[in-house]
Amino acid sequence: AALKGGLRFQVSAALKEGHVTPTELCQRCLSLIKSTKFLNAYITVAEETALKQAEESEKRYRRGQPLGVLDGIPIAVKDNFNTAGIETTCASNMLKGYISPYNATVVQKLLDQGAVLLGKTNLDEFAMGSGSTDGVFGPVRNPWSYSRQYKEKSVPKSHSEDEESNWVITGGSSGGSAAAVSSFTCFAALGSDTGGSTRNPAAHCGVVGLKPTYGLISRHGLIPLVNSMDVPGILTRCVDDAAVVLGSLAGHDPKDSTTIQDNFKPFELPNLTDVSKLSIGIPKEYHAPGLSSEILALWSKAADLFKNAGAKVVEVSLPHTRYSIVCYHVLCTAEVASNMARFDGLEYGHRSDMNKSTESMYAATRREGFNDVVRGRILSGNYFLLKQNYENYFIKAQKVRRLIANDFVKVFGSGVDILLTPTTLSDAVPYMEFIKEDNRTRSAQDDILTQAANMAGLPAINVPTGLSERGLPVGLQFIGRSFQEKQLLTVAKWFEKQVKFPMIQLEVKRHDHGAFQHQKSAFFS
Amino acid sequence: QEVTVEVLDRLEHLALVDFRDAEGVERLQKAIQFADQLHEVNTDGVEPMDSVLEDRCLYLREDDVTEGNCTKELLKNAREKVEEYFVAPPGNIPLPKLEERETFLQGS
Repeated sequence: AALKGGLRFQVSAALKEGHVTPTELCQRCLSLIKSTKFLNAYITVAEETALKQAEESEKRYRRGQPLGVLDGIPIAVKDNFNTAGIETTCASNMLKGYISPYNATVVQKLLDQGAVLLGKTNLDEFAMGSGSTDGVFGPVRNPWSYSRQYKEKSVPKSHSEDEESNWVITGGSSGGSAAAVSSFTCFAALGSDTGGSTRNPAAHCGVVGLKPTYGLISRHGLIPLVNSMDVPGILTRCVDDAAVVLGSLAGHDPKDSTTIQDNFKPFELPNLTDVSKLSIGIPKEYHAPGLSSEILALWSKAADLFKNAGAKVVEVSLPHTRYSIVCYHVLCTAEVASNMARFDGLEYGHRSDMNKSTESMYAATRREGFNDVVRGRILSGNYFLLKQNYENYFIKAQKVRRLIANDFVKVFGSGVDILLTPTTLSDAVPYMEFIKEDNRTRSAQDDILTQAANMAGLPAINVPTGLSERGLPVGLQFIGRSFQEKQLLTVAKWFEKQVKFPMIQLEVKRHDHGAFQHQKSAFFS
Repeated sequence: QEVTVEVLDRLEHLALVDFRDAEGVERLQKAIQFADQLHEVNTDGVEPMDSVLEDRCLYLREDDVTEGNCTKELLKNAREKVEEYFVAPPGNIPLPKLEERETFLQGS
């Protein structure tokens, strides 16, 4: 019912009419977080503060004065956003024990709307990775690994093996947030997206993942990876919910001078019925090597869906697509080298006991605090920024970036409204298989379809489309014009309605009540 | 084209991060190889792009103090402090040279 369907409007209506109270909702979610602990989606659960926030919300509802649609709604936030009084770790030893003295702007905005912050979700260390497997708190498990849909399609192995070795990854780096939304422990979650980190796990976990236009949402308080590409990402169970969250987050922030100053007006999505005026572009380069035949077929089916509904569907070309990942690799490592320089142990975070000199203390602190992936990117970045390499690598990458951005400008300028592409190359792989390749290789492979949108700063969204042969979610991506989120989400919502993605049938064993199926909410049955 | 030990040493100095082992060095080699693909692209006459918002004016606010007075809060997160100071070990001491420090690179 409302708890599962996750339509914010339904749950909000239920709150407004008193069918359920914010504290009941909060307790429900906290309890579900406990029963799904094995997913490892949460690093920190802020139980006390969440219940307090829920109580405050309840008072407002009783007075008939809720702050808005988000009042009392349980949400989760990726652990690379600063949250006042709550540990923010970025899944790294470097920030273990770091209690933020302030809230990131996006967190503050959600709290100002009355949202209930349940906790901080797990990620790849410092958001570097595409599996949510490389953080110090361990990997996140995809909730679909425990779905009836997946289990039905798995070849039965020996009894002892089953779930323990078969579970699949969430994708990354916002895997914890995607898993949290997918397993119903919250109604919306914040992620971040630099190369696909919100859309990739959204696709693997069967949820909506929105990457807004660069400059629309404030990055103040989001621990930076690549300043020129990072954006906060939004994960929800349906497109309408994403629009609601976007509405509460977007707009100029004086604390982030890279946010645009245009006036942003929150919008409600119309129910599109006539797509005949729409022009959908299918970029041929997104038929990338390694794209599974299943996803190719789904992509093709989606294109036909639009065509049959009267839309104009055209093949287009983004010729520099295949250089996007290389370009990203250089620019990302270069910016990372700079952004990670702040972690020296002096003002916050881990500090080594080494005390001989500042340099040796910094070196030891960073040696102890960062994992291989982070150190590797810092070193590569510094290499590309060496005087002898600066022109050939860093500046060169910046030039290629312009070419990539121009590809999109040309296509959108030719009359195409929205681009339709796959989000990932395949459905989620089992963890045991994923870790056979190193992080950089995996990221290079998995980001290929999502990265270019970050390069060009364009808005993009993953919409869960169907289930693979293995019973796992597959999503498709829509890319829109700069700051045209309303159009992008309107089309995404239309598409979502057509494909009717199935609800996950989560099978969770509860220690106290034995195995049960189909988590039901007593309040709505 | 292999990266010389001098360059590797220089990088460890600049980054204040160590390669740790042969895998770390190999990781760099692979990263460079990967990045070399960029040279296939013809970028004659193309200007480098710093930001997708290059056509817009960056927001500058008035030079008025609007927040602060949070010394206590900020000091909470520091491990070594004295009164209102962050305490650092002595500065101006360069990292020991390659031969003298404990680094994997010494063996290479």
